[in-house]
Amino acid sequence: MTLADLPRGSSAIVVSVRAPPEAPEWVEWLEAIGFLPGEQVRVVTQGMPGGDPLVVRVGDSTFALRRVEAACVTVQL
Amino acid sequence: MKTPVAPLNFQRRGALLALVGNPNAGKTALFNQLTGARQKVANYAGVTVERKEGTMALPSGRPIRVLDLPGAYALNPRSEDERITADVLFGRAQGEKRPDVVLCVVDASNLRRHLRLVLAVKRLGLPVVVALNMVDRAAARGRAVDATRLAELLGVPVLPTVAIRGEGMAALREQLDDSTLWDGPMVAAHADVPVALDLRADHETVQRILEQLGLDTLMPETPSDRIDRVVLHPLAGPAILALVLFLVFQAVFAWAEWPMSVIEAGTAWLAAGVRSLVPDGLLQSLLADGVIAGLGGVIVFLPQIVILFFFILVLEESGYLPRGAFLLDRVMGGVGLSGRAFIPLLSSFACAIPGIMAARTIPQSRDRWVTIMVAPLMTCSARLPVYTLLIGAFIPAHDFGLGIGLQGLVLFGLYLAGIVGGVAVAWLLHRFTTVRTPRTLMMELPAYHWPSAQDILLGLWQRVQIFLARVGGIILTLTILLWFLATFPAPPEGAAGPAIEHSFAGMLGRALTVVFEPIGFNWQISLALVPGMAAREVTVSALATVYALQVTDEAAAETLQPILAADWSLPTALSLLAWFVFAPQCLSTLATVRRETGGLTGPALMAAYLFALAYLASFITYRTALALGA
Repeated sequence: MTLADLPRGSSAIVVSVRAPPEAPEWVEWLEAIGFLPGEQVRVVTQGMPGGDPLVVRVGDSTFALRRVEAACVTVQL
Repeated sequence: MKTPVAPLNFQRRGALLALVGNPNAGKTALFNQLTGARQKVANYAGVTVERKEGTMALPSGRPIRVLDLPGAYALNPRSEDERITADVLFGRAQGEKRPDVVLCVVDASNLRRHLRLVLAVKRLGLPVVVALNMVDRAAARGRAVDATRLAELLGVPVLPTVAIRGEGMAALREQLDDSTLWDGPMVAAHADVPVALDLRADHETVQRILEQLGLDTLMPETPSDRIDRVVLHPLAGPAILALVLFLVFQAVFAWAEWPMSVIEAGTAWLAAGVRSLVPDGLLQSLLADGVIAGLGGVIVFLPQIVILFFFILVLEESGYLPRGAFLLDRVMGGVGLSGRAFIPLLSSFACAIPGIMAARTIPQSRDRWVTIMVAPLMTCSARLPVYTLLIGAFIPAHDFGLGIGLQGLVLFGLYLAGIVGGVAVAWLLHRFTTVRTPRTLMMELPAYHWPSAQDILLGLWQRVQIFLARVGGIILTLTILLWFLATFPAPPEGAAGPAIEHSFAGMLGRALTVVFEPIGFNWQISLALVPGMAAREVTVSALATVYALQVTDEAAAETLQPILAADWSLPTALSLLAWFVFAPQCLSTLATVRRETGGLTGPALMAAYLFALAYLASFITYRTALALGA
């Protein structure tokens, strides 16, 4: 599953990061801000309306990500 | 084919210390502590990323230059800001010396993320000192860091600091004074080796270091998380954001009242003094009607500009601004803007120029372009002189209680009109330009903290300096020029009416009236709009000069407001307010757009569409007000 599918409040572990073909640089960007294999992530809250963007806790940091960005991060419960 | 970049030899001399760190590590606070007010803010060569340099003397007396590099998460650049940081550290930035020593600023309560950058910088071969910042916050969360142990594990000196309170600075200065840091052999940059991109390996190294420090667990819930539960709440969040912005605008009006009346009284006193000291004639007129009336009419708005920047700085330093960007992301995305555009657009409320420059942090060029195009629609502080002058003269000071007044509401409405205009323009651009690449957000929501008084005051001081430089430079020049146009030629003998009507200014104003008459502007307004192209607030000083020359001497000592209230109709005043919501009356903004977009197309397009919108808005406002019998 991806970070975008993670229910709000539950924690998961980052497995890998893939980027959409039209934005390959996203892998490096997401890794640079801390979405690295083994890191713990949690969806803190979602924007209104439409549940986009997400507020994500990764490690000890908090980031706002769009749903499409969160979908690049494969996670494991 | 890659052309090797030759080292430039016009680089400044002297030992150079560079501050490097993730955004929100407290780098700027530390920089302020080290350099005090001895700072110079400029731009990096060829780009408009803000370059902050200062000087400090080490305890031994050795003077060094200190460079505050833009915040970066890693050395693989994602924005123009991060590119500068990487280029300077690799020693390939145009016109910049490679630093002799790097001071890495890390957030002690978030070593998990911040230490990766230290490892990457260390690999560059430069001497590194680590400032372990915000140790108080880490300790308060039960995660005190053993700095000595960390220094052993990293193999570089580590000094605990609390930059916003100045703690640990003496020890840090001592450490920086270590001559082995500065006198070692210069290390060559390995620009071709991807030394900086080893994120995963660095992450594992950091994990091992944290295990040895006993800090490899995640932090329990922090106070910031509890605040965010309210501030980012789907319903409460937007309500709080609206309330915050509304209160800021009310404060701009209410708090500025007495300092403004002090400045007005001072201006009147000065003009009266000049009249009594300088004999009647051209010189008296130039000083009293030209210089003092003109500049006084602009400086009077300094208190409001200071208050607005104060709030923007506080919101920025406390960590609330990115929350606002998050809350508005969906709305902004709906009109094709990035949530990140919120910060450039909010800065544009102070001044469009830093706003347009801040758009550089938006990675996609199309999003950046749209943000630049709508930035001048956000009500900048230079419009405040015009707005408050007209509101004060034409809108009654009705009080609804709870600190809410009719004048404040009208001002809020004008700000809202600019925002609605910007949204509409962005939406139209969104409709008619196609976007293929997905937009990025990836924005940090830093932990909240109390802003430090020193950092706020320094930030305010820099803004005040910029404003006063404008008053002393372009505004003074144009005021004097306008006085000449409004004074010569002198009226023929026995001519009826005020002298100004016979001057060049009077002729020019009447010629322009042909264009502006349909939207209700008289010749004085039409004339004042011409120097007002240089900067919006010049319009006010121009009106002050025109009317000071026109009315009799006793009335000239009075302020502009009662004169306008007597001379203009309400529809004219409303029409002029509508004009200023849209009109691009600021050459500096257009010049900035030209530099940022790299051509004349951008500024030409911007000027054309904004003038068209302004004319349309004024026409509708004027005609509607007339029809309603106002």
